[in-house]
Amino acid sequence: MSAWPQRRRPALALAALLLALALALPVLATPAAAAELFPQVPAAAPGTECLAPPGEMRRTHMDRLTHRRTEAVRAGIRQPAESLTRCLSCHAVTDTHGQVVTAEDPRHFCRECHDFAAVTVDCFSCHASRPEDAPR
Amino acid sequence: MSQPARRDVLKSLALGGGLTLIVGPVAHALAPRPPGQPADPATRWALLVDTRACKVDCAACVDACNREMGLKQPTDPDFDPAHDAQYIRKVTLRDPDTGHTTAPPVMCQHCAKPPCVDVCPTGASMQRADHIVQVDKHLCIGCRYCMMACPYKARSFVHQDLTDQKPHNPRGKGCVESCNLCVHRIDRGEPPACVAACQRDGGGAMVFGDLADPNSDLNRRLAEAGGHRIRADLGLDTGVYYQGL
Ligand code: HEC
Ligand code: HEC
Ligand code: HEC
Repeated sequence: MSAWPQRRRPALALAALLLALALALPVLATPAAAAELFPQVPAAAPGTECLAPPGEMRRTHMDRLTHRRTEAVRAGIRQPAESLTRCLSCHAVTDTHGQVVTAEDPRHFCRECHDFAAVTVDCFSCHASRPEDAPR
Repeated sequence: MSQPARRDVLKSLALGGGLTLIVGPVAHALAPRPPGQPADPATRWALLVDTRACKVDCAACVDACNREMGLKQPTDPDFDPAHDAQYIRKVTLRDPDTGHTTAPPVMCQHCAKPPCVDVCPTGASMQRADHIVQVDKHLCIGCRYCMMACPYKARSFVHQDLTDQKPHNPRGKGCVESCNLCVHRIDRGEPPACVAACQRDGGGAMVFGDLADPNSDLNRRLAEAGGHRIRADLGLDTGVYYQGL
């Protein structure tokens, strides 16, 4: 019936498995496949440090910003190093034409995670979403 | 636990009291406020406009305000006076008896008893400790009660989506806004944009200073020549004085 001798079948199955893996691996390793698993947070300005370790920023940035804005506007307490404008200058994202993207663009720092987690913030209906001196 | 000796406490009190006496009333000159320090409740930021030095056809203050705050200029072709925000207007006044004409700038009068703050249902309309009246846009729901309450027509409502706002003056659709004496400039020790422009390009008619500081230029000028406040009869204790009206 079969052209292959019975005792060669395990070897054939192993070869098929290896072939399948070899084909699948590069696909799994592409950024596209990884992007479906995690949001691709754009890197901050090199050589800088955030206000807190990244893990903590991921958890607390919303509370920090809300606290900061209440203090800044209502009490007049300015903290330039923690201001929203400063976040946006360290976290500015440049497109392929060398221009800094606005929050209209899904590549904007504040959009990668939010789009992924279905969070919508209204901040950029008022706040400029890129530094004033950014190339545009 | 060691208790401070009673005598030490008394001594430090006496020293503190002595210091206050020596320093006397604190002078609130315009200076950058260090990060982390709140607005000073002992300050009352105010404006003085000498209408005799204010030329009828000069709009340096209005231009500077619009540029600083990222507003449309009244000279822009698509400017719509009924809908586009104006923080300062030049109001032309003509005395029918003498024909004398003045055009003083009118902006938020920074009332000590602001009706806009009284009527605001969310606490967005607010007075900062240093008596600057402004909108905390994070709380503004756009109801416009404050616009109705203001006797000076100082507030504007943003009707359209905006882009490319100035980072220091975030503004957007659905919120009320007005002159905030350029809080962002005051906090870094600079006078409001209108005053700087009036001194530089205009007639030098506008003075900015602290009403609570007896030594301020503003108070000296008021003591010398007096000043009027618009609709003083309303008793709102406004912070913008006019001379020569
Ligand atoms: C001085 C530059 C600087 C400033 C200012 C700054 N950041 Fe960062 N931020 C960084 C760096 C560096 C990292 C580490 C990750 C990287 O290198 O991209 C980071 C990481 C983060 C992360 C985690 C990203 C991730 O990889 O998951 C968040 C969220 C974040 N920042 C939010 C903010 C916010 C919000 C502000 C303003 C309140 C702010 N940052 C201000 C430099 C800065
Ligand atoms: C309706 C307009 C509006 C919206 C929407 C808005 N803001 Fe603001 N925000 C302002 C204004 C006006 C100021 C005062 C600017 C000043 O005085 O310098 C301000 C100030 C701030 C400040 C303090 C100044 C600074 O640069 O740090 C922070 C932080 C801030 N906003 C965060 C936010 C965040 C986060 C959001 C979104 C969740 C948001 N804002 C949405 C208008 C807005
Ligand atoms: C590392 C991913 C990440 C980045 C980068 C990020 N965020 Fe967030 N942000 C989140 C997540 C996730 C939530 C939702 C958290 C929740 O609902 O518990 C959130 C929530 C928020 C909220 C609260 C929203 C609400 O409705 O309560 C604000 C405000 C906010 N982010 C502002 C910002 C700003 C401004 C930036 C850019 C400077 C930024 N975020 C960048 C992940 C991120």
